[in-house]
Amino acid sequence: MVELRAAVALLGRFPALSGVDLTIHAGETVLLRGPNGAGKTTLLHLCAGLLRPESGEVRVLDHDLTEVVGRRSVRRRVALLGHATGLYDDLTVGENLRFWARAAGLSAADADRRTDEARSRLEVPDRLLDQPVHTLSAGQRRRTSLASLVVRRPELWLLDEPHAGLDQAGRDLVDALIGDAVAAGGTVVVSSHELDRVAALSPRTVTLAGGAVVDASATDDGGIR
Amino acid sequence: MSTLRTVLRDARLVAGRDLRIEARSRVVVDQVLPFAVLVLVLFGFALDADHSTLRTFAPGLFWVTVLLSALLAIQRSASLDSADGTGTSLRMSGLSPVARYLGRTTAVFVQLLVLEALLVGGLVVLYGVSVEEWFLLVVAGVAAGVAVAAAGTLYGALASGLRARETLLPILVLPVLAPVLIGATRAFDDALGVAAVDGWAWTGLLAVAALVLTVVGASAHGALVED
Repeated sequence: MVELRAAVALLGRFPALSGVDLTIHAGETVLLRGPNGAGKTTLLHLCAGLLRPESGEVRVLDHDLTEVVGRRSVRRRVALLGHATGLYDDLTVGENLRFWARAAGLSAADADRRTDEARSRLEVPDRLLDQPVHTLSAGQRRRTSLASLVVRRPELWLLDEPHAGLDQAGRDLVDALIGDAVAAGGTVVVSSHELDRVAALSPRTVTLAGGAVVDASATDDGGIR
Repeated sequence: MSTLRTVLRDARLVAGRDLRIEARSRVVVDQVLPFAVLVLVLFGFALDADHSTLRTFAPGLFWVTVLLSALLAIQRSASLDSADGTGTSLRMSGLSPVARYLGRTTAVFVQLLVLEALLVGGLVVLYGVSVEEWFLLVVAGVAAGVAVAAAGTLYGALASGLRARETLLPILVLPVLAPVLIGATRAFDDALGVAAVDGWAWTGLLAVAALVLTVVGASAHGALVED
């Protein structure tokens, strides 16, 4: 599913990942941990096909991400939740969700159906559907942002601090969403500082420091340590 | 064939999104159009409100105004995909860069058409100009509008990846559009009966420029926004 061998990535001229080796199998949930600047977000962006590896091997969903074609192909099969919402402020919640569903290649009818399912799963109230995104609270925007990923039904979920900005109910919802994704055969990589919460969902923890993997452990299945 | 259909479908999706956002935010209506009218009025003051001078220079003043106002519309269009991670989401979406480029260019073009229509009215009312060849005026306006939108969208994407993008865009795009300005001004000279030139020949050149800029833009856009 995800395979990195001696992967090096630069941010500008500066190395953000240096010689990362990591294998993530299909159906796994993996927690990425590490201090600020450890390279967690860069690793997620590298796996999403947004960054070109400077050297080493990076394969995601059977695509070689050292090639432009591989990076472009993998992106449509991956969902990346970053710190930004990826929503258009002047469009309504419904318009945003339908736009991202149509952008994923769905017909108008399928986009409407998926929009409704995602809205319902993320517990986005009906009344918000016709409300412009700029009028939403931070938590509502985060839920809508997650819903915009759900409509695409990705195979690989890359979640960067998915609980940030959410209330308790929202955090529980994110946990349930991760469970749904894995149950549907997806793979989830979560970068989080909320270790207890995510560790409960993820049997495997990968610790980064200074742009390198310093520990890849399994908490309950006897995997790598 | 199915690839072409997909590109056209996606381009329509992107154009619809941009035009819907514009209709909601009213940036072009509330800011760009008043700016354009203001520039026309200022040109009138600068030339001492002499109608015969204004009529003589009306085609050139019209297209300089269109280009200056277009910069604002292009800047606004490019900013849509740099706000709150939308550019990254687009890269992850699976929409082809060609479709994104064509959709965005179409939306800018539609806005330019509205701008041009308003400014023609401005020429008639403020400068006392009369249109002698409406068909030539419309065709030249459409061809030049496509050229401006095509180049502007490409350079808007280029500038949006750079620092100081607001000041860089005019420096990047205006030299490219100088030939379009010349051609469009000559075509309007004929359409407005200001000078005895072959407006259709200039319009033909504008159409070629529009086609070349659109093809170059569609080909280069992917390299700018994807990797």
